[in-house]
Amino acid sequence: MGNSISQQIVISGVGGQGVLFITRLLAEAAIMKGCQVFTSETHGMAQRGGTVLSHIKVGDFSSPLIRPFQADGLIALKPENILQHGSFLKKGAWIYVNSGKKPDTGFDARAIDADALSLKMGNPKSVNLVLLGFALKGEKVRQGENKSLFCTFEDVKSALAGQLKGKKEMLDASVRALETGYKASEKM
Amino acid sequence: MGRKKLMLGNEAIAQGLLENSCAIATSYPGTPASEILASLVRIKEKHSLPVHSQWAVNEKVAFEIAYAGCMAGLRTAVSMKQVGLNVASDPLMSAAYMGAKGGFIVISADDPGPHSSQTEQDSRLMAMMAKIPVLDPDSPAQAKDMISIAYELSETFEIPVMLRPTTRVCHSRQDVQANKFGSFERKADFKKDPARWAATPKFRFKLHTELEKKLEKIAAHKKTAPVKLNKKAVSGKAVIVSGVAAAHTREIMKALGLWDKTPLFQVIQPYPLHTNFISSICTDYDEVLVIEESMPVIEMQIADRTRARGKLNGFVSRVGEILPEAIEQMLCDFAGLKADKITVQSQPGRRPTLCAGCPHRASFFAIKKAAPKGIYTSDIGCYTLGLNLGAVDTVLCMGAAISQAGGFYHAFKNESKRPDIVATIGDSTFFHAGIPALIDTVVQNVHFTLVILDNRTTAMTGNQPTPASGFGASGETLEIVDIEALVKGCGVKFCKTGDPCKIKEFLPIVKEAVQYARDKGPAVVIARHPCLIGGKSKEKRTKKIFVEITDACEACEYCISHFECPAIVFDIDKKRADIDPLLCSGCGVCVHVCPKKAIVIK
Repeated sequence: MGNSISQQIVISGVGGQGVLFITRLLAEAAIMKGCQVFTSETHGMAQRGGTVLSHIKVGDFSSPLIRPFQADGLIALKPENILQHGSFLKKGAWIYVNSGKKPDTGFDARAIDADALSLKMGNPKSVNLVLLGFALKGEKVRQGENKSLFCTFEDVKSALAGQLKGKKEMLDASVRALETGYKASEKM
Repeated sequence: MGRKKLMLGNEAIAQGLLENSCAIATSYPGTPASEILASLVRIKEKHSLPVHSQWAVNEKVAFEIAYAGCMAGLRTAVSMKQVGLNVASDPLMSAAYMGAKGGFIVISADDPGPHSSQTEQDSRLMAMMAKIPVLDPDSPAQAKDMISIAYELSETFEIPVMLRPTTRVCHSRQDVQANKFGSFERKADFKKDPARWAATPKFRFKLHTELEKKLEKIAAHKKTAPVKLNKKAVSGKAVIVSGVAAAHTREIMKALGLWDKTPLFQVIQPYPLHTNFISSICTDYDEVLVIEESMPVIEMQIADRTRARGKLNGFVSRVGEILPEAIEQMLCDFAGLKADKITVQSQPGRRPTLCAGCPHRASFFAIKKAAPKGIYTSDIGCYTLGLNLGAVDTVLCMGAAISQAGGFYHAFKNESKRPDIVATIGDSTFFHAGIPALIDTVVQNVHFTLVILDNRTTAMTGNQPTPASGFGASGETLEIVDIEALVKGCGVKFCKTGDPCKIKEFLPIVKEAVQYARDKGPAVVIARHPCLIGGKSKEKRTKKIFVEITDACEACEYCISHFECPAIVFDIDKKRADIDPLLCSGCGVCVHVCPKKAIVIK
C-alpha cells in the first residue's frame, strides 16, 4: 500500500525549535503506512541555537541524504531557512514556513505565524507542531503526486500518540498545537 | 522475527549488541557516538537484560573495562567518537597483540565534515595501525547486522574487531528489523596465561607474529568479503565503495542508469582488504573508482596504482564529507556521462551559541571582567562556544585547557609583563583528562586561574552523568566524587566555589582567584550551576526573574556583543535592544551586564 509513495522532504530550523521531533513524527507515520524511510539529522553542537537541518526520504531509497534540486518540499521553522535550504528543492516544490508574511520564493510557499499562534496558546515550545499541522492541511488544498505531504493529519496524530505514550498532558497539548496549525489560515 | 522499528543508527547498533549477547558495554559520551550506550541502557532496562552498562570517566578507562570483560570470556563492547579513540589508543594497540577471548567490539564513530568534532580522522587507519579488522557500515540496518558478523569474527580469530560508523550512519533513522535478544547465560571465566595477558617484549614478538597470521586468514574470511552489488553489470571499469558512500552510490547509479552497466563492489571490511579481491580488481578491470570516507584506506591497499582513481590522485576530495551530489559528479565523469554542473548557492546558517540562561555565559562574563587582557585557554564542551564571547582563545583536545595554561605560563614567565591566564574546563572534561594536568600545574607552580564550569552534567552530548552526579547510565544511585576534595587533593591551595548566575557574588571570587594566581600559584574557582536543559540534577532551579529593557537603552549593543544571549535581540524599529520572551530563561544575569542599567527586573 505505502509502496507507491516516494517523497523527499527537508525540515529546518534553529536548535531548540524541535526540528528533530517533527522529523521523527513523520518518519513514524511513514512506517505506520508500511513505507521504507530514511532520515538524517543534525546533532551535537549545532543544537545549541545553530541551524538544524533534517532530511526525510520516504520510499525506495538507500541514501539518507537529499541531493540539491531533488526535494519535494521544505518545512521551514524560520523564514531564513528558505534561503539556507531552498537549494534542495526541485521545480514546483512546496514550502511551509513559520513567518508573519508570505515569502517571495519562486516556489509554492505558504506561511503562518506559528510563533504568534503558539504564544497565544500559552505553549511557546509548540511552534514545530503548529507548523507541521499547517503543512498537513496541504492534503486538502493540493492535488496530484507529491503536491502535499505523504501522510495525513490522522497519521501524524497516531504517531504523536505513539511518541508520547503515558504522557497524557503533553500529548493533549501537542495534539492541540497540531490542530491549531491545521485550522490556521494562511498569511498572505 | 520482530516488526520493523524506526531506529537511529546508534540505536540499531545497541539493539545489535543486545541481540548478540553483549554482556558489558562501556562508553564515554561524544558526538556522533553518544546514543549507542544511552539506547543500550534504555533497551536493557525495558527488557530487564543482565548487562553491565556504564559511562566511564574517559575512553581509555571505558576500553580497558570492556576489554577485561572479554578476557574473562564474555562478549563486550566499547563505544566512543573518533577522537575518543585517540585517548584509548594505548590499550587498543596492545589489545590487538593479546587478542580477545570473548567477542570484543570497539565502536569508533567518525565524523567527516566535521559536524561536531575537532578532526576528520579515519578510525579505519587506527585499526590498520593497531592491526585489527574493521567493518564499515552503510546504514543503521547494516550497522546492526555487522554486530553479529563482528562478534563471530572476533571469537573465531580471537581478535578485537572495530566497527566504524560515520555521522550519517549514527544519526540517520531507518526502519530496521528488531530480532530476539541473545542469551546471557555465558559465565565469566578468566584463564590465567601470563605469557599472553602480561606478555613481556619477548612474548610480544610471538604475539605479533601470531597476529600477522590471523590477519592473513581474516583477509580471506568469506563473511566479510567485498560484495558485487549489481551481479549483471559488466564493464572494464568498476566502482568500489564502503560506508555511507555505498548507500549514496547505489541510489545515484540507479538514477543515472549505470546500475546495469558499471560493476559496483561494496567493501564490508576495509582492513584487511581481502587478498583475492585485490588481485581480481587488478586483473579484471582496467580502471576502478574508489569512494570512501574519510581517508584512502581501501585505495592504499590496491596494489596497482595505475588503475585506481580516488583520493590519492585527487579524483575524490581528501577533505570533508563526500556528499551525494559530489558522488553524482564523480560517477558521471568516471562513466563518461555528461553531468550538469551542480552549483548550489545558499546562505550560511546560524552559528551555534550558548543557550539563553546558560550559566557558562555568566562565568565567561565574570572571567572577562576579572582578567580583561588574559589568555583564555579552554576545552571541549558546550563552553567552547565561549569563543563567541571572546572568552576562549584556545581549544585543543580534552583536558588541554589546563596543560596549555601551564605552557603559556612557562612561555611568558621571564617576560616583564606576564599576562593573566584563565583556563576553563567543564566538569566532565575535568574528570576525563584535567586531573593529571592540574597536578602538573601544582608541581610546576603555574600561576593561573582554573574555572571549572560545573553544570552537574555532560551537557553537549545529551546530559550524561559525571562522576559527581551520584547516578549512573540507568539512573541507578552511584558514589559521588567531590570536585573540591579532588582539587585540594591535587595540591591546589586556593579553591573556592560560587554560583555564576549570582554574578554579584561570583565576580569577586573570580577576581580574588586571579589576584591569587598573579601572586602565588594555581587558583581554582568552581562555577557551579546546573545546566538548564535536561540533566537529572536534583538541585532546585532558582525562581524565574522577568526582565525588560527600558528607555535608558542607548543602543550601544554592549549586551549583544559581550553577552550574546539569544534572548536579547536588537529591535531595528525601536532602535534598541529587546528581550525575546520565547527564549528568555529568566536567569536575570543580564541585569548586571548593561553598562547603562537599562535592563531591569520587571
